[in-house]
Amino acid sequence: MTGLQPQPYALALGDDALVLAQRLGEWVARAPELEEDVALANIALDLLGQARTLLTYAGELEGAGRDEDALAYWRDDRDFRNVLLVELPGGDFAQTMARQLVFAAYQYELYDRLRAGADETLAAVAGKAVKEVHYHRDHATQWVLRLGDGTDESRRRMVAALDAVWPYADELFEPFDGAGVDPAGLREPWTAYVGSVLAEAGLAVPEPDGRRSGGRRGLHTEHLGYLLAEMQHLHRSHPGATW
Amino acid sequence: MAGTDEREAAFYAIVDSDGRIEPRDDMPEAYRKTLIRQIAQHAHSEIIGMQPEGNWISRAPSLRRKAILLAKVQDEAGHGLYLYAAAETLGVSRDQVLELLHTKRQKYSSIFNYPTLTWADVGAIGWLVDGAAITNQVPLTRCSYGPYARAMVRICKEESFHQRQGFESLLTLTRGSAAQKAMAQDALDRWWYPSLAMFGPPDTGEQVSGGHTEQSMRWGIKRFSNDELRQRFVDMTVPQSEVLGLTIPDPDLRWNDERGHYDFTAPDYDELFRVIKGDGPCNAQRLAHRVAAHTDGAWVREAAAAYAAKQRAKTRTEAA
Repeated sequence: MTGLQPQPYALALGDDALVLAQRLGEWVARAPELEEDVALANIALDLLGQARTLLTYAGELEGAGRDEDALAYWRDDRDFRNVLLVELPGGDFAQTMARQLVFAAYQYELYDRLRAGADETLAAVAGKAVKEVHYHRDHATQWVLRLGDGTDESRRRMVAALDAVWPYADELFEPFDGAGVDPAGLREPWTAYVGSVLAEAGLAVPEPDGRRSGGRRGLHTEHLGYLLAEMQHLHRSHPGATW
Repeated sequence: MAGTDEREAAFYAIVDSDGRIEPRDDMPEAYRKTLIRQIAQHAHSEIIGMQPEGNWISRAPSLRRKAILLAKVQDEAGHGLYLYAAAETLGVSRDQVLELLHTKRQKYSSIFNYPTLTWADVGAIGWLVDGAAITNQVPLTRCSYGPYARAMVRICKEESFHQRQGFESLLTLTRGSAAQKAMAQDALDRWWYPSLAMFGPPDTGEQVSGGHTEQSMRWGIKRFSNDELRQRFVDMTVPQSEVLGLTIPDPDLRWNDERGHYDFTAPDYDELFRVIKGDGPCNAQRLAHRVAAHTDGAWVREAAAAYAAKQRAKTRTEAA
């Protein structure tokens, strides 16, 4: 592994947060309870805040004059560096919560270490974000418990949801050249946390048939192109405009 | 125990001295019913109102605007929660009034039956629709029913923030490219009259409707008539449109020195009544979306209830 390269790393973490914020925004006015409209919008807003800071920083380090909007709106899917997990369609509420648990538990361990890292800006971002992510992780945990240990129907859906997202979990721990934190080192605490939640809910840890990856190299699922088409359309229709 | 007359006298003594009626106080049954309807419909308007703006969250043209819009729609869900809680102090449940919304027995603001066709509509909603809402709602912070008045204090603070954000968003458009300015003018052209119609039917003439106003004023729920509030809104908004450099789509709009107010063309009240009855551009879509969210989420709510029951049973067993 090469030394710390904050630019590609900040970009990758920023893309994770941006794409997941976009997916969570789709739930607004569609959630099972008003309280969840508030919670999901709140989480999306936190993630969007993380994305803005990280993309701004990535743009500054790049030194080519690209700001957060240039990076969010003028890159195509082959240039996005988010993990595949965050770009998957939300599915039902169980699938969204399964994804939230997997991702928030990962982000918590990551930011917890990154805040003591060598890069001061990333450390500052992580220091603020770790508090938000702690709340996100708790929110997902509570829902995985409720759905896993709720009704037969909710349990069936929770099992299916975990099966659907699990093939995408491995990618979170793949080596990343220039990362401020070795992703592989996050796996053990992540496994311990997620495993304890599933055990409490009486759910088995899925054993997926396959493992998907490629997002960090810009090799995405077919879902991302549509997500970006929708997200970028208006901005690209008015090049150079200020909003 | 006090007789009916004495209890009614006590109620009016509080109302007439500008005091607050609280949930445990005696109140006329008709007062309670009117407030349940008004507060619930106000709550419904907040949650249906998430849809036209939510329509643009995924497409907001900058990350800053996306964040502002997400925060705003989140606030609206929060306003819905405050208002349902205020309605519940009158002895109905949120589920009951939601059921009335879903079965078209309660309404929501007519304005949310119009589509958001461009990004500028999001700014126009902030500026005009929230502006009209504030004009309507600020007097409600002094309404005779305490829980409603207190909810309105919190809501109005956030609404006025949204209104300024909407204005600022439109200002950015009108200072931008020709296409952006045209987008802003088009939004004003489409939202002006529906915003004026938000104040309800006129006070006089053939289209006076309902007759709730006099009773609501006697009860201290309403403090100004529909036309008074509409005039106040026009007087406030015209100078703002001048700052924006946009033209209000009313050739007869002009300052009247004698009255000290702007003269303006009233909205098409026939259209208002059609929209309220369900025949607006988005009525069917808005309600179907709301019902689908509720129906699709039923299994989640059932799971939460089942889980909570299991946890309670566990606690009881451990305590025994």
